[in-house]
Formats: sequence, C-alpha cells, structure tokens
Amino acid sequence: MKLKEIAHSRTGDKGDISNISLIPYDEKDYPMLKEKVTAQRVKEYFSEICRGEVVRYEIDSICAMNFVLDKTLGGGVTRSLAQDKHGKALCMALLEMEI
Amino acid sequence: MKKIRIGSGAGYAGDRIEPAVELMEKGNLDYIMFECLAERTIAIGQQDKMKDPSKGYNQLLEARMRKILPLAKKNGIKVITNMGAANPLSAADVTVAIAKELGVTGLKIAAVTGDDISKDIAKYYGNDVLELGCPLGEIKESVLSTNVYCGADGIIEALENNADIIITGRVSDPALAIGPLVHEFGWNVDDNPNQMGQAVLVGHLLECGGQVTGGYYADPGYKDVPNLEILGFPIVEIDETGKLLVTKVEGSGGMVTTDTCKEQMIYEIHNPEKYMTPDVIADFSHVTFTQAGKDVVRAEHAASHGRPETLKVSVGYKDCFIGEGEISYGGSNCMNRAKLAADIVEKRLKLIGVQMEEYRTDFIGYNSLYKNQISDKLAPDHFSEIRVRCSGRTKDRANAALIANEVEALYTNGPAGGAGATKKVSEVVSICSIFVPREIVDIKVSYQEV
Repeated sequence: MKLKEIAHSRTGDKGDISNISLIPYDEKDYPMLKEKVTAQRVKEYFSEICRGEVVRYEIDSICAMNFVLDKTLGGGVTRSLAQDKHGKALCMALLEMEI
Repeated sequence: MKKIRIGSGAGYAGDRIEPAVELMEKGNLDYIMFECLAERTIAIGQQDKMKDPSKGYNQLLEARMRKILPLAKKNGIKVITNMGAANPLSAADVTVAIAKELGVTGLKIAAVTGDDISKDIAKYYGNDVLELGCPLGEIKESVLSTNVYCGADGIIEALENNADIIITGRVSDPALAIGPLVHEFGWNVDDNPNQMGQAVLVGHLLECGGQVTGGYYADPGYKDVPNLEILGFPIVEIDETGKLLVTKVEGSGGMVTTDTCKEQMIYEIHNPEKYMTPDVIADFSHVTFTQAGKDVVRAEHAASHGRPETLKVSVGYKDCFIGEGEISYGGSNCMNRAKLAADIVEKRLKLIGVQMEEYRTDFIGYNSLYKNQISDKLAPDHFSEIRVRCSGRTKDRANAALIANEVEALYTNGPAGGAGATKKVSEVVSICSIFVPREIVDIKVSYQEV
C-alpha cells in the first residue's frame, strides 16, 4: 500500500531546508505510521535529493508528523537550479512510499 | 466576553484581491492582515528602491489600496500589512494620495520602519552567515540589503496611537496578528504564555491566506474541495482567554476542516515545540483541532516559552547568474532524442569552455521533480512527450547566456523534431541570514492623517 491511500501531506521551505508533513486521514493509523515511516526511512527514500540530516517531529495531539530535511533544496529558493525551487512537490513523492 | 475577528486578505505578494474584498464586506471583521513579503521579495524591493528611491514597496499596493481604503472606512476595519517591503514610508505616501483621490477621509495611516539596519551593518561583519559558514564581512561587497525580522512592537504602538492602516517593512508573518491581539487583550509574554502561543497560531493559520480554507489542498478523489475559483479566505475569531475559531464567509468556496488546519499548522515550521518568532518562541506540540461546525474549527492548547534573545536578519546579496534553456521532443523514441539533446548540450558547453559552478539536466515529465530513484518507480514505459531543461549557475552573465543559447541551437543542430525552445538568463539575488541582538532594532512609527 502507498502512503497516499491513508495519508496526506504538504511541503514547506526555509532556505535549503524542506519540511514535509504526514497526516493520516484516520487518526487510528497514526501509531502504525509512526512505526513504519521513520526518519531513517525518509532519509533513504530521498537520498538522491536530500544531502543532509532528516529529523522527525511527532505531534501526537493532532496525530501528525513533520519531517525536516536539511540541505535538500539545491541551496534554497533563490539559487537552486531545480525547476521546483521550493521543493513544493516533495510531499507527493513521500506519499508514493510503499508501506 | 470580548472577542475580535481578524481576516486574512493575502497569503503572498501577488495574491488575488476578491477574497479580501469579500471578507471586508461580509466577514464582520475588526482587523484584516495582508501578508505580502517573502524572504526574496524584500531583496527585490531593495533593488527596486535602488533604481527609484520612491519605490520598493509591494507592486500591488496601489491596486489593493484602491479597493481596501473605502471598505476599511465604511466598515471600521483596521488594516495591517507588510506591503511596505523595502519602503514603508513611500508606501504610506502612496496610500495617503489614493485616499485623497478617492475622497476617503478620517483615516490615520502609519508607517513602521526600523527593520532596515544597513547603516549599522558594518558592526556585524564578524557575525557568521548561517547558510554560508563564513563571516558576513567576506561577502560585504555583494550585500544589497539587510532587514531584521521584527516582531509586533511597531504595530502595537501604531494601534495604541489609533492608526487605521498600518504599513510595515520586514516583520514576522505572525506579528501581523499578534499586534492587534496584544493591543486588544493586553497580553504579554511573561503573564500570558498560553495566549501568546495562541496568538502565534492565529498568525500562522492566517498568514498564507487560502491555504487554511482549502487552497493548495485539493487532490481530486482524495481531498475534494468545493469551488476553488471563489475560494474564501480565512477569518479567526478569538476571545480574551485565547480561545479561537477558524472559519470563512458563508457561501464562499473552499472549506475549513481539521485536516486543512493540520496541514497549515505544520507548514514551514520545523520543531513544533520551538517555533521561533521575534515576539515569542511558540509551542504547537499540544495543539488540538476540533470541528465545531461546517467550516468552523476550534484550535486550542498552543503555548509559548519566552522571547528569543537574537533576531534574524535577511541579508540580500548579489550571488550569481543562472542560464537555462528548454526544448521539447514528442512522439515515439522521444526520450532517446531528449537524452541525445541533453548530451549534445553538455558536450558543447565543454567544447566552447563555458565556466560554470553547477550544472543540471532535467527531463520534465520524467525526473525534474524527484530525480531518478523515485522517478524510475513512477515512470511509464513510453512517454508521449518530454521537455529537456538544461540549467547552470555561473559567475557572469556571458557564460549563463552561452548555456541558454546552446539549448536553442538544438533547433537546427540537434535531434529531430525539437519544439518550443525557450531560453532565459537571470541575475540571482540570494538571501542569507545572520543573527543580531534584539536590542539593536530601533522601531519608529510615523503617522499621516487624511
């Protein structure tokens, strides 16, 4: 199953850092997502794009997670050579992850 | 119990105007905030000001003020905006002129300045640049602008002096909401940590305009959102204890749900326990959202932990040039023709000795967003069309132009059927950051009446 079937996500950017949320549609799925979608797994998944650390923050009160990916936006929105300089589409890539 | 209603009139510099007009007409608002200043926008504003000292404010300021001023007067709504960008004083002058032209009278217009520390920047040449890992002095020749992310102090002062329209330069996005809340309810960081946390949450939920009412949320079949073409912008109703509701005008497009609020709360924060703003270090880690009705969500339990000792300065500097070219290939075997095209350009750039600091090839439609590892899993076997994009970063304009030209030259020198070539050379103004002690910022508010 892809994450997309049970969760949604939005990406934000600050400088060269991307943050990607992961929010289950049904809060019952949150413990399972916490177990399966670890920072290490997200780091490996984005290894070609993310050149820095990945930190996972858990926000239990809303059953959601925030992945913060350092050195991921080609130097940041002003100087990146990428077409998607903000990394806005990265959330949709995360949702393609198989769990 | 005292309650106020704050609307969001814009989520970025170039946002639509109709939702703001709708809010000012039908939202029963006390305040409306227009967040129009991204990190790079301030540097662009400084460049505009260098060319013409009367410019440097938001390019849609005039158009917006023509709509806003009559409604602000008619419905007694105070307007708070960072549309001043690099030149709040000039923005206030323009606003006064528009009010006079429209015959709108009885408004006090305030300009908040003090975020621009360029006169004193030499004192901080020894401070390390966060992104570059060197002292600021090493890039001093390239520096174009230095603006401190200020808090709500200037906005609060203006409201205490009965300003109706408040135009700032660089302030944090949440400050546009924190200002009226502190003014109305007398909250402060020592006595009201929970309320100040809620105040930051209000600003954070409102700062991106339609993003909390269903904008940037829709994914047909997964997340359906009604009537995005008439998306209503958000309103927060908040009382003196800090209890708040997020909603929108009845009949407008979009929707307010716990999920739209969750996406927006996490947007562009890092550690939810320590969301740094100049006014307060907010803690969103215990926030809850409850659906209180159709398009009404209650948000509770934000908190805060004091004020940061240092403030971030956005430093705009002349960085580099980017040259880029694109061309499309279609039909059977188009991917192989696109790869041949990319190979030709790369070899040509070596042959003619183009000097580059970084170079990148994208196949748009295949790997331009996610590179190869992820794209390979998602890609089909055959593409009906592929667009090649070649881009490189250079120290000067001439080398950037050579990259762009080599892509265009594929028309007559490259693979068969190349189509729709475009080329572009951009001078890149980048933003980096240093931190300075908060005491050095000297906020000034000036007033004009019409």
